[in-house]
Amino acid sequence: MQKWQNQRAWFLVIPVVVLVAFNALIPVMTVVNYSVQDIFDSTHRIFVGTEWYREMLLNTRLQHALLRQLVFSGLVLLIELPLGVAIALTMPRKGGWGLSATLVIVALPLLIPWNVIGTIWVIFLRPDIGLLGHFIDHTLGIHFDYPTVPIQAWISVMMMEVWHWTPLVVLLAYAGLRSIPDAYYQAANIDAASRWAVFWYIQLPKMRGVLTIAVLLRFMDSFLIYTEPFVLTGGGPGDTTTFLSIYLVKLAVGEFDVGKAAAFSIIYFLIVLVFSYVFYQVLLRAQRGEVR
Amino acid sequence: MALIEFENVAHSYLRSPARMEDYALRPMNLAWQDGGAYALLGASGSGKTTLLNIISGLLRPSAGRVRFDGRDVTDSSTVERNIAQVFQFPVIYDTMTVFDNLAFPLRNRGVAAADVRSRVSEVAEMLDLTDHLRWRASGLAADEKQKVSLGRGLVRSDVSAILFDEPLTVIDPNLKWRLRRKLKEIHKRYNTTLIYVTHDQSEALTFADRVVVIHEGSVLQQGTPQELFETPIDRFVGYFIGSPGMNFLPCRLSGDGAEVVGQFVPLAATLLAKATQTTGLEIGIRPEAIGLSSSGSGLAVEIGDVEHLGTRNIATCRLGEHEIKVVVPPEQPILSERGILKFNPAMTRLYADGRLVG
Repeated sequence: MQKWQNQRAWFLVIPVVVLVAFNALIPVMTVVNYSVQDIFDSTHRIFVGTEWYREMLLNTRLQHALLRQLVFSGLVLLIELPLGVAIALTMPRKGGWGLSATLVIVALPLLIPWNVIGTIWVIFLRPDIGLLGHFIDHTLGIHFDYPTVPIQAWISVMMMEVWHWTPLVVLLAYAGLRSIPDAYYQAANIDAASRWAVFWYIQLPKMRGVLTIAVLLRFMDSFLIYTEPFVLTGGGPGDTTTFLSIYLVKLAVGEFDVGKAAAFSIIYFLIVLVFSYVFYQVLLRAQRGEVR
Repeated sequence: MALIEFENVAHSYLRSPARMEDYALRPMNLAWQDGGAYALLGASGSGKTTLLNIISGLLRPSAGRVRFDGRDVTDSSTVERNIAQVFQFPVIYDTMTVFDNLAFPLRNRGVAAADVRSRVSEVAEMLDLTDHLRWRASGLAADEKQKVSLGRGLVRSDVSAILFDEPLTVIDPNLKWRLRRKLKEIHKRYNTTLIYVTHDQSEALTFADRVVVIHEGSVLQQGTPQELFETPIDRFVGYFIGSPGMNFLPCRLSGDGAEVVGQFVPLAATLLAKATQTTGLEIGIRPEAIGLSSSGSGLAVEIGDVEHLGTRNIATCRLGEHEIKVVVPPEQPILSERGILKFNPAMTRLYADGRLVG
């Protein structure tokens, strides 16, 4: 067989290259550009090398924000995954319009714009006119003032996050459950398996694929969270709910430290990438080990 | 071990069935003797699986009662009925080893660890799974997975019956044959009631002591493989059992026989005595019960295609507008285009409006 010596076919790749360039490479390179220079205006710039990076890595405010962010994402996974699976398990496997309506209602928080979600919770939590705030403050008799009490601010942000994003886990887990053939349940019935055994030996292993996706999505999204806590607490009180992205925006827009912010962005991106990669590998290995 | 009885059992998947067609299973009375090896034979969608699931208790019938040894179990769970069932496609517990898969039904019933071990190794031995016992079940090939499913059905020694729902669909022909023999062996050794659902007649006829033919939700005929072959109760069973199926020839009674397209076929006097109607009559004859010769008395036919199947040849003969399939021994040459058919009188049946006469 004769091999083509003509390399012109590579031109066919150009559209993709252009698309990817405008979509990812050029914006990222802009950030990289800022992160290694001190730019005053269009004619005055100084190359600073890794200085911004060093400064940011040693910055204790960033370190605290990162720690806060890790705790937040960890809690998100620990609460939303079990809760989402539990809710999906209570839903009927087959059903008519009732089931469809339930799915729409469950998915409703996912359809609301993020800044609206923050606003909803601001009102919801107000001790004077908010339903939940009033309930906690007046009915339960606990003094509730989340903008000034750090632990209350944290609980509020967590509640909002769980309310907003657990439905995604529910939908994914439910899709996983729906894909299990009837014969598995029938066989378990014949084998006298307990409800717990059905969950542990059939439902959970069969949901592994979708739950992997759920872990990755929820980790990435919660690690990048900005809008909702910004609207609800503005990062306060003090900086107790200042997550990485909130700090980043303060730095870039508030203090106009563009060089530092750019270096921070790159570091931020790498952290998310590394964590996602590690999660993915761990979950993939767990799956492969199963095949062996 | 139990005698399983159906009393007017019917099932519909619709909430309010109005017509007979709405029923997946039409009202029926049936008995499955203790220790029998049954095959439930029918085309896809005939209600076989529905019937099986009603026996095992996975499905509650819309009407009628199910009894085990006279005890009403209609509302009892599968566990209470103590039934084992194997499904068409492998069902295995992915995260468990083969050993744990096989032990699962026993452990769930609180069987002592030593007994679990001996039962599992016995079943594994029977199914050639001993080498795989330590493996993760999810890593097995499809047919081995199905052997694990089979094993879980066989591992309990005290069951009322073992139900098989086309269990060998995913298995290759050679292994299929071996597993079927294994099942027969198991049946001989433990004398457990086996009910085996299949749409494959050769599987049914080789496996079972008794075959139940089901069609459109009704049981048409129940009997030994020989009974089904020799005296099918109606046209459907005649076509469905046997390969090729029974020949049916419209006929008119005349004298001590019948007239088919102007030619005479002698019939037994006992058969003629039972024929109460004169219209809608057909002669039913198995291709295996017809002799083909080049001379003598009989039905003169044209010989069309001859299929060579190795151990036998099948000749398609034409008589007027009718086709008659004839099984011819391979050593008999078919030389001419015309032949004489002779029907074995003991195997010649008469059907009135599609139903067996007598």
